[in-house]
Amino acid sequence: MMYAAGLAGVGVTMLLVLIRVLLGPTVYDRILGINLFGTKTVLVIALLAFLNGRTDYLDLALTYALINFIGTVAVLKFMQYGDLGWAGDVEDDSDV
Amino acid sequence: MNMTVSLILNFGLLVFLVAVALALARWRHLFPVAMLTGLFSLLSASLFTVLSAPDVALTEAAVGAGITTVLFLATFGLTRAREKPVESSRRLIGLAVTVITGAILVYASLDMPHFGAPDTPVQEHPLRHKYLVESQHEIHIPNTVTAVLGSYRGYDTLGEVAVVFTAGMAVLMLLGRGRRGRKRTKE
Repeated sequence: MMYAAGLAGVGVTMLLVLIRVLLGPTVYDRILGINLFGTKTVLVIALLAFLNGRTDYLDLALTYALINFIGTVAVLKFMQYGDLGWAGDVEDDSDV
Repeated sequence: MNMTVSLILNFGLLVFLVAVALALARWRHLFPVAMLTGLFSLLSASLFTVLSAPDVALTEAAVGAGITTVLFLATFGLTRAREKPVESSRRLIGLAVTVITGAILVYASLDMPHFGAPDTPVQEHPLRHKYLVESQHEIHIPNTVTAVLGSYRGYDTLGEVAVVFTAGMAVLMLLGRGRRGRKRTKE
């Protein structure tokens, strides 16, 4: 029951975040919203794992968290440099 | 067990999916669209998790949300990130093709057994007991799909992994060389 209530709460926040992503006036709103939505997905999967008693799903949640992070870093890097690759001889590379 | 919760979750996730898909079709600026495809993929991966298919969900998340987003962004680095306007006649043709294909797919799905039906080949095949019950004692892997992939047809999976690894290495070599060449010409 508690897990179901948690799922309902996370579902409501997912809806709010999705509205922000779809309406979001600037690109940064959308990036943050999509990153948050990924975090909510991790939470949903973790809650589902405990609700169904299948705790091996937690590995899946961890993988999602990693993918979400990599995706956000890639997007922000694209916004900063306009390209995903960086030359090895550029001196001001602080994002490694 | 927890059927109502899964049902509500399925419904909510599908509504989110439709909303995201409509936004994807409407937006003309491709940079947010690339990020939204990642969100779409995460949503469908959660749907797969609700349907107890964690292996499919893992693949969907890794390929759809991870690699595809990065590939799209890398492409935007080489091209423009804005969609060209399309003539309305071509748009109508596209709509017709999509609707017809969707109708055919829905018609085909009517032939499939119902969700959780007890009289499908999955439930009645003589090998079912071997894989679903005896695999727990033979190799102690809780997930049957993982047991089949990783043990019963392990050599096959090893071959697949070798192919994917080789392809990945080849792509990395090509990309790395191209980038270095481009940067050198810029100087």
